[in-house]
This record gives sequence, C-alpha cells and structure tokens, in this order.
Amino acid sequence: MNLHLKVWRQKNSETKGHLVDYEARNIPEDCSFLEMLDLVNEDLLSRGDEPIAFDHDCREGICGMCSLTINGIPHGPSETTTCQLYMRKFKDGATIYIEPFRVGAFPLLRDLAVNRSAFDRIQQAGGFISARVGAAQDANSILVPKTDSDHAMEAAACIGCGACAAACPNASAMLFVGAKVTHLGSLPQGQPERERRVLAMVKKMDEEGFGNCSNYLECEAVCPAEIPVTVIGQLNRDYSLALLKDNL
Amino acid sequence: MSLTLDPKIPSGPLEQKWERHKFESKLINPSNKRKFEIIVVGTGLAGASAAATLGELGYKVTAFCFQDSPRRAHSIAAQGGINAAKNYQNDGDSVHRLFYDTIKGGDFRAREANVHRLAEVSVSIIDHCVALGVPFAREYGGLLDNRSFGGAQVSRTFYARGQTGQQLLLGAYSALNRQIAAGTVEMHSRTEMLDLVTVDGHAKGIVTRNMVTGEIKSWAADCVIMATGGYGNVFYLSTNAKGSNVTATYRAYKRGAAFANPCYTQIHPTCIPVAGDHQSKLTLMSESLRNDGRVWVPKNKGDTRPPSQIPDSERDYYLERKYPSFGNLAPRDISSRSAKEVCDEGRGVGPGGLGVYLDFADSIKRLGEAKIRERYGNLFDMYHQITGENAYEMPMRIFPAVHYTMGGLWVDYNLMSNLPGLFVLGEANFSDHGANRLGASALMQGLADGYFVIPYTIGNYLAPEGGKRPTTDHPAFKQTEADVRAKIQKFLSIKGKRSVESFHRELGLLMWDHCGMGRSEKSLTRALNRIPALRQEFWENANVPGENESLNGSLEQAGRVADYLEFGELMCLDALKRNESCGGHFREEYQTPDGEAQRDDEHFAHVAAWEYQGENKTPIRHVEPLVYENVKLATRSYK
Repeated sequence: MNLHLKVWRQKNSETKGHLVDYEARNIPEDCSFLEMLDLVNEDLLSRGDEPIAFDHDCREGICGMCSLTINGIPHGPSETTTCQLYMRKFKDGATIYIEPFRVGAFPLLRDLAVNRSAFDRIQQAGGFISARVGAAQDANSILVPKTDSDHAMEAAACIGCGACAAACPNASAMLFVGAKVTHLGSLPQGQPERERRVLAMVKKMDEEGFGNCSNYLECEAVCPAEIPVTVIGQLNRDYSLALLKDNL
Repeated sequence: MSLTLDPKIPSGPLEQKWERHKFESKLINPSNKRKFEIIVVGTGLAGASAAATLGELGYKVTAFCFQDSPRRAHSIAAQGGINAAKNYQNDGDSVHRLFYDTIKGGDFRAREANVHRLAEVSVSIIDHCVALGVPFAREYGGLLDNRSFGGAQVSRTFYARGQTGQQLLLGAYSALNRQIAAGTVEMHSRTEMLDLVTVDGHAKGIVTRNMVTGEIKSWAADCVIMATGGYGNVFYLSTNAKGSNVTATYRAYKRGAAFANPCYTQIHPTCIPVAGDHQSKLTLMSESLRNDGRVWVPKNKGDTRPPSQIPDSERDYYLERKYPSFGNLAPRDISSRSAKEVCDEGRGVGPGGLGVYLDFADSIKRLGEAKIRERYGNLFDMYHQITGENAYEMPMRIFPAVHYTMGGLWVDYNLMSNLPGLFVLGEANFSDHGANRLGASALMQGLADGYFVIPYTIGNYLAPEGGKRPTTDHPAFKQTEADVRAKIQKFLSIKGKRSVESFHRELGLLMWDHCGMGRSEKSLTRALNRIPALRQEFWENANVPGENESLNGSLEQAGRVADYLEFGELMCLDALKRNESCGGHFREEYQTPDGEAQRDDEHFAHVAAWEYQGENKTPIRHVEPLVYENVKLATRSYK
C-alpha cells in the first residue's frame, strides 16, 4: 500500500517544529506502524536525509516506550500501543498525520520523542510499598481475596506510556496516578501507606503541571492497557478521605 | 597478567554452602556503607532490585539505563511466570527438586553451588514480591495460585496473568523509586554505558553518553555492577526489545572480563512466525500456553488443508508422541528442535512452511472458552493484533525464535567477574542456567541476584577496598573517554551508503543460518569466514548521519551493531570449539541415533571463558571444570 505522511519534525526543544510531507510506498499491510516508519527512515537515509526520531523498544505492547499521536489520537486507531498497530487498519492511499504526544509536562526532545520523566517523579513521590528486603513474612500468610487481587492487577497493568495525559484536553495524569493508587490501595500490604501515598502523588502530579479530570473520559478511550476510568473515582475518594484525616 | 578462573565455591555440603558463605562474608558497618559508591548499569529485574537493595542498605548508588525510564527494561516483557520451591501445591516440590530440575534442564552445564543457592532464595523472592504489592494470581480462598512450566512435573510457577515480568519489574521499579526519593540512588535514564574503566586491573568506573545531548562523561566508583541483559539481538530477529544490546558486556570483555559460553543461546519454541522481510522483531507467545495447547502438524507432507479439515487421525502430535511423560511441556530446546525437524521434513504449516500448530480446541471443549480467556486472554489478543487470526476458533501458528542467552560474562560464586570490582547480574552473566534455561527461571535468577545475592557478596570485595576509589581525573578515565570519543567520530566520518540496519539484518540472518538451532563445523567455519568481510564493509560503507550532540538513533545503533559484528565471531568460535551437543547448543555432528543432543562429559563438562587478545586476534579459550558432587551426570530424558 501507499500512504501520504505528514510528520512532525523538530530538531530539539529550542527550535521550532513543523509538519513535513513524506510518501511511504509499497508498504506491506502486515507491517506494524513502527515498521512502516522504519521503511520510511531507510528511504530517508538512502537519500542522505536524517531519519525521523521516535521512541520505541519492546515492540510487543508492554514496555510503554512508544508513543505517537496518529491522526490526532494517541497510539492511533488501535486498542493498544502504536507498536501493536498494524497497517491493515489503514486504507491504501490514506493521509496520516504523525505528531508527538502533546503535553506541557512532557517536553519535546526531537521529532516525535518526548521526555516523560514527570511520570517517574510522581511514582517516586509515593508509588510504592516500603517493604525492606529480607523482612517479608511467608507469602501465603497474607490472604488476598481473588476479587481484590484481580482488581489490583487490572489497575497494575498500566504501562506508563502517557497516552492518557496526551488525550486529555486538560493534560490530566489522573488515570495514571489513579491506577497506582488503586493497585496498591486494593491490597492489604498497601494499607499502611495508603493516605500518605495518595497525598504525595497528587501533590507531585500538580507540581509537574498536569491538569485535573473533568470527565472527558478520553484517557480511558485511548489507554492501551484498558485501565478503567473508575480508578479516577478511587483516586478522588482516597484523596478526599486522606485530606480530611490530614486536616483533623 | 594471566587470567584465572577461580569460582570460589564455598566448602561444605551443598545445602550449607550459602548459609556458611553468608556468615563468612565480610560485613561493612552501617555508618561506613555510605562511604562506598556503587555504579549499577541496567535497571531490569536484576539491576533495579540490586540498586534498590544496596541503596536501602545505605550504599551510595548511581544507576543508569538507556531507556527513557527504568520501568521500560525488557524484563517487563516476560509473560509466563517465576519459579519458586514453595511447594504450596503439596505436589512434591522442594528446594532440592528445583535445584535438580534446573541442573538437568541446563543439560548438566551449570555450577551446582550457584544453582542450589538460586533454588534456596527462590522462596524469599515470592515473599518479598508479595510484600511489595505484586498482584500475583490468587485462588478464591486468597492463597497464591500456581501453574506448571516446561521441564518440570510440579506446579511451582507463580504468575500475574500473562504479565508476570511486568509486575515483577514494576515491583522492583517501585522499590528503586523509594530509594531515589530517599536520596540513596541517583538515577540517569537515556544514558548509555559505552565503556568500562579499569584502574590497576580493578573495575572502577564507566564512561557514558547522554543520549539526548551527546555529552560523554566519566563516573568513578568503588565497584561497578552490570545488569545489562543478553545478546539475542545478534540474530537481528529475536524476542528481545529493539534496544537490547551486547555493548556493555562486550566492551567490558574488551577491557579484560572473560566472556563465558557465548554459544549458549535459547531458541524459544512458541513465537509468532515471521511474516515478511519488513519484520523488525519476533513476538513470543508464553510457554504457559503449552499447559493447555497441543502442538501438532499434519502427518503428511504438503498437506495444505485448513486445520479444521484435517482429522485427528491425520495429525501428528509429535511432542506427545516422542516425549509421552512431559508431552507438550518438554523443555524449550527439545521442543524447538522438534519443530524445526518437522518443518525440515516438509510438514510445516502457514506461509513458507515455517510453523506448527498450537491448538486449544480440546482445552476449550474441556474448560470452556471463558476459562481459557481468563488464563491467556492478553496473549490471544496480541496474537490477533499481529496475525489478524482468532485463536479461539483456529489453532495458533507458532515457530521457534531466539529468546534468551545463557552465556554471558564469567562470574564467580560472589557474582564477580575475573576483573576485581566488576559484578555481573541477571542475563548478563553466565551463571545459573547451563546450556538451557527452563521457563520461568529468568525472572527468578534476575531477582535472586539483585535482592538476595549481591547485597551479601559485595562486601567481600568492598571491605578491604575502603578508600581506594579513584577520581575521574585519573589518567585511566581520560584515556577511556578519549577512546569513546574517537570511536564516535569514526562512526560519523564513514559517511557510507549502506544503512546500519541493513548490516544488522545481514549479520542476523547469517548467524541464524550458521549458528542457530543447528550448528556444524561446516556452517560455523563458513560464518567465521564471512563475518570479518561484513565487518570490513561496515567500517567502509556504513551510513551514520547527523552529529554526536543530539538525539541520534543511527549513532546509537551503529555502536551496537559494530559490537555485534565482532561478538558474532566470538559466538561462532565458541560453538566451533565445543565439540558436543548440549541444551541450546546443538552440533549436528553430535547427536544420538534418535536425534537427541549428545553430550561429551569426558571432554566438555566445563565452562569455556574467552579472553580478549586485541583487534583481529584470536581470543584465548580458558576452562573452568564443572565438578558434580551431588548429581549424577545423566542423559536427559523427557520420555
């Protein structure tokens, strides 16, 4: 198949970027979207141009490193990540707009690659259970009902790609934060630090410049890990209770 | 200085070695720990767990990863599970049985003492991961659930859906984050280690490149821990992440660290077959699928009927036929070779005949589609996205693919290489899996090394080394930094016509054809003749555009491919000198009449570790004999 691409090119955060037209020719439909970009880059190289920079690593939908806003949608028209989007989803001759994730808290590095370290800093603020190595009791001495465990797993599946914030008109990271708060808060091991965790993570989230949720639900629609928007409800509930207790 | 390989295995009975060694290991008192600086390269399961644990103990840790976040390391992609000798199923498991299964699965080419320690600490790993909040699968009563895996007749594998690696890595990442927040670990992402710095024969630092700005920088420390993963991408197509590379370990090898058993590569039996020349990587379908899927091909050559129209009597369930007691759960090396055999006979399925069926119809009939969906839903979804086929309705097509590398830098019982001060953890070392790794043992080893081994053994090196940390003003740092800069300039000045990617693809295909699932003296000799020519062409005609001072993917890739072009030769040489078949190393000349691997214990019950001799010079092969005091070397039988 043949495609018209309009790709965001930007040398670095100091220079201005713009969309550049490229023709992708003879692309097999069994190609993944990133493999299509590989082929375009090979073509650019052979013509003496610099290839398009984009983030990627595992190429099996789990590491969360790939990004891209495709035709205005983070990760494009797939239920999963960009690396698991296959060209058979597109029509021959289609025009495709490829841009970076656009979030103020994710500064652009080059072309389509952005810096998502803000997500790491939010996790560092409180996304953990303080368990010292060697101090744990036997694993089966903590009974966790299957429903709670499944609920925790559903939230823990977040891959930290940032599509939720990129899709949100408010650039909110609440699906991402809610996922961790729900994961750890659903387990008995996570209870001692539950309030401290939610307060610290929300504070950091605000400091990093992410917005608040106003129920557009775009995050849930684009989330490749199918994190349900109910985690934001859980986040709000936990945060309110923790704040209340904190103020008592 | 001639290289010595002293494994430093503690004396005493096997079951007491680790306890005794822990007691005899040197301690550093809590207030002195902060005076020691430790570099950790790589933040997968082994690196993240080591950095977090050493930080928690009070050491001053600086950690590096090339990804944009430590959470991306490729440990995250492990699907099936993690083994532990908990015997929660009351089905006859024990530390000794896990030890024995691992030694046997590795085809009797691993160190007894290391493997026993691994089996011992496996139980603590599960306890600790649960404490960290890893949401392992549970039964309705709240107890942990288990599944079984290849090469074992007990259910000892703990799992979190088909995303066990992800959950364990995120657990280690959360522990790492806690230490970053506490200020004991300083984290540098998008930073690639490009060389190891040795001072008076000791590893005392590294040189890195900031992948965004291009800044080349030296880092000094009291010791260096490398947990940089395996080298499967030498084959270009593998289940590894695109960024996974041999550069850190290979450059340490060039600075004097011995590289052990590079020919031991694991070809995983259940991957999605190659679809075309555009393909950039292969995707694994977890081995756990073999619990409920049956592997078959048509009995007759060239049978092109759709699978649903081939009656049971005309199907060959070849694993069940050849290995009745293990059936579809035969170990990985055996299952992969069997798949190759039936495809070589012309009975393969799908485009090009390079595939076999993995059929869930019987399990769906027995358990219902809902149960299968609960167990493997995400894998079936992934299969559907990639192939466009629905595996609930028709069998999956699978084919073996490069997955894991058992070889790696040589380490002693303390996980220290022959270079004092250089520790190597996880897949990057060679230690525990012998010639073949059993499923669900990689996660176990990575976390064992990081959480439970290195925190004890590192003191043996550090305690007598107090106060010997150099600064980066030392001439060794200046020289190594200059070497790194010169190499980068060399890449950028080739200005050739051919993309780095195309060299990588060509090397990968050459390695797959000549040093893949089957190797022979003839094929290996041919590869050894062809690799130097390809390497020469690379240095004359590679196209590496742009400059160092920006995010430059081509430059990153050039460094990695240049190393693969040298490393591939070392692999072939190692394979050529090991005149036997064992585990993942199958030399076609050495097989039993029924096609199984034929070991030669008299001549090859040893580790082969290679010492670098300089550019275009043949490295020296050193030998560490493997002494078996507790198990009897036997021909592996899974029949």
